[in-house]
Formats: sequence, structure tokens, C-alpha cells
Amino acid sequence: MAGSTPTVSEYITHHLTNLTFGKLPSGFERADGTFVGADGAWVFADGGYEASAMGFYAIHVDSMLWSIGLGIVFCWIFRSVAKKAESGVPSGLVNGVEMVVEFVDNTVRDTFHGHNKLVAPLALTVFVWVLLMNLMDLVPIDLVPKILEWTLGVHFQKIVPSTDPNITLGMAVGVFILMLYYSIKVKGFGFVKELSMTPFNHWAFIPVNLFMEIVGLLAKPFSLGLRLFGNLYAGEMIFILIAALFSAGALWMVPAGLLQVAWGIFHLLVIPLQAFIFMVLTIVYLSMAHEDH
Amino acid sequence: MNINLTLIGQMVAFVCFVMFCMKYVWPPILAAMAEREKKIADGLAAADRASHDLELAQEKAVERLKDAKHEAAAIVDAANKRGVQLVEEAKQAAIVEAGRVKAAAHAEIEQESNRAKELLRGQVAALALAGAEKVLGAQIDTAAHTELVEKLAAEL
Repeated sequence: MAGSTPTVSEYITHHLTNLTFGKLPSGFERADGTFVGADGAWVFADGGYEASAMGFYAIHVDSMLWSIGLGIVFCWIFRSVAKKAESGVPSGLVNGVEMVVEFVDNTVRDTFHGHNKLVAPLALTVFVWVLLMNLMDLVPIDLVPKILEWTLGVHFQKIVPSTDPNITLGMAVGVFILMLYYSIKVKGFGFVKELSMTPFNHWAFIPVNLFMEIVGLLAKPFSLGLRLFGNLYAGEMIFILIAALFSAGALWMVPAGLLQVAWGIFHLLVIPLQAFIFMVLTIVYLSMAHEDH
Repeated sequence: MNINLTLIGQMVAFVCFVMFCMKYVWPPILAAMAEREKKIADGLAAADRASHDLELAQEKAVERLKDAKHEAAAIVDAANKRGVQLVEEAKQAAIVEAGRVKAAAHAEIEQESNRAKELLRGQVAALALAGAEKVLGAQIDTAAHTELVEKLAAEL
């Protein structure tokens, strides 16, 4: 297919590699042939192989920066509206923000029946933040990485944080910790009872119950995080493949362009939908944590 | 696709953003929205009240107008009556005044005529004496006959 370097598989791999800063183990042979010293070395990984050699002690600088940056964008926009907010006639940005806030507020009211001041702001943050992160998927995939490569010499860049499982699972684990906290706070010992005595309400079934309930409990954050990751990762993947198709020859330009538009439009549905699902599940899980039977 | 410190970093960022949102974003926006809702509800209620008030006011105005018309009619009636009465009084006064003026005129005429009579009497007496003097051709004792002549003149 593509005659020039990089090959399609290299192109795809390149696009799926995060800009990783981490600690290489001692004695590791780097891509340029040098060896890491006895204490290891904190460096930017040169490719996926080095990144995976770093293990847990590595950080995806691109995911982190984009995610925090988008979080700051969210805070900045909403804070500026919160400062301006008054009971007069709203206009422009205030209107939009209030629409989002009202939408989230209604969803929380419909779904969450406990009394908790945290849930609504949490849902708002989750929704807007995830939406912003997902929206990055609509930026042409080569645009930002190329600009960064030419200007700053940065070789790897993934600009969609929600295609990084660390990001989605990080939020899911955050929600999970809140679930555990409120389960214990609201139900106390009832939480343990709920884990051990359902669905079979007999002491002999306690191990079976515990196993099933704990698997069910643990499945929640994983499904929450991986659903978002999977959807966005798949979407990103298709965009990369379509982009690769452009390089397959002049004949492929037109179908690739059509595919790009079609997938972009379809993705416009996926982006808010996934943000919404993430928010609703967050609310539902917290609501379940508050329900005392 | 490695799980690494990014996960922890994202959790920390998540907590920070949620806390920021909870403290500085959610309460003011919701408060403003609730306040606006209340304001609008109040406004609508006020508008309802105002239209009701307007209806009442219109009814009242109609009633007042009717009252005012009645009153005006009564005032006009009274004024007419009083006018007629005034004219009547003026007439009476005029008649009385006319009578008085007439009486005064009569009295004056009477007086004038009496004075004229007095004067004429005197002159008649003098004329009579002069006539008698000529007739008798002699001196008449004026003093002796004046009394007589005047008595005669008084009888005129």
C-alpha cells in the first residue's frame, strides 16, 4: 500500500503511542543502542517498547496535560459564568452553561434519590470534562502531533485523553472509591451484610454470595472506565485507519474523504452519548451506594 | 497501553476538579438559576394580580363615573332651582324697590308742589295788594291789610 516511510503499521503504532516519561530499569538497552545506568533513568520513552519497559513508574505526559488542560478549560468557563451569574436575563455563554447545568441537575434529580451535595457537581464535572476530552477526537489526528513535532520536536502525541485507559480508569476508580465510602458511611455494617447475604439469604451461602457480589462490585468501575475507553479508542482507531487510507493512492482520496465525513458525523453522536453514559452511570452507582435496604 | 502513574495523576486531577466545581461553580450557578426562577414566578404572579387589579379598578371607575353623573345631575338641578329662586327674589326686590322709588318720587313731587303753592300764594298776595292799590288809587296800609290778604291767600 503506502510506498513511502512510515509504513501503515508504523503510522498506526506511532499514533497509538503516548508521550511517556518514566523510569527505565538499569541495564536496559535503549533504542539508540546505549545502556541505562545502574540506578535506572527517568527519560522520555522513545517508542512503545521503551514505554512498556518502564512499567508502572511512567506517566503519559500528553494524556495528563491534555486532560488537565481540558479540566482547566471546564473550570475556567464555568467559573467565569458562575461569577457573572445573576437573576437577570441570561445571554450567550451564560445561557449555554446554564443549559448544561440544568440538564445535569435534572438528570441527577431523576436518578439520585439520596441527599448528597457532592453528586450533582461531580456529575457536572464528569459530563463536561469527558465531553471535552471526547471532543478532541474530532481534531484531525495528524494536526496537533505534526505541529508539535515541527515546532518542539515532540515525537509522540495522543491528544484524546479518553483513549487512554489510565485516564478513564482513573476517573472510574475515583468514582469507585466514592461508592465504597458512601456505601460504608450510609449502610455501615449493612454494606457487609449486603455483600455476604445477597442473593442467597442463608449463612451457608456466604462465600458464594461474597464472591458474586465482590465480582459484581469490582465490575462496576472496570465497565465504567473501559466502556468509555473502548468507544473512544475504537473511534480514534477508525480515524487513524481512514487517515492511513489517504496515503494509499490518489484513487482512495475520494472514498477516504467520504468515510472521514461519515465517521465524523457518526462520532458526533458517540461523543456526547459516551459522556452522558459515563455521567449517568456515575450517578446510578452512587445512588446504589446510598440505598439502604 | 500500559497502566501506570497516569492513573493516579488522573485521579488526583479528578478530585481537584470535582472539588473546585463543588465549591466555586455549582452553588453560584444554581443559586442564580433558582433566584431567577423565583423572580419569574413572582413576576407572573404580579402580572396576574395586576390584571385582576385592573379589572377591579375598571369596575370601580365605571361605578364612580355613574356616581359622578348622578351627582352632576343633582348639582345642575339644584343650580337651576336656585337660579329660578334668585330670579324670583330679584323680581320681588325690584318690585319693592320700584314701589319705594315711586313713593319717594311722589313725596318729592308733593313737596315741590307744596313749595310752589307757597310761593304762588305769596306772589298772589303781593299781586292782590298791588291790584287793590291800583283799584283804590290810594295808599293802602300795607301792614294793616297784609294780614287780611294773606288769610285770603291761604284759602287759595
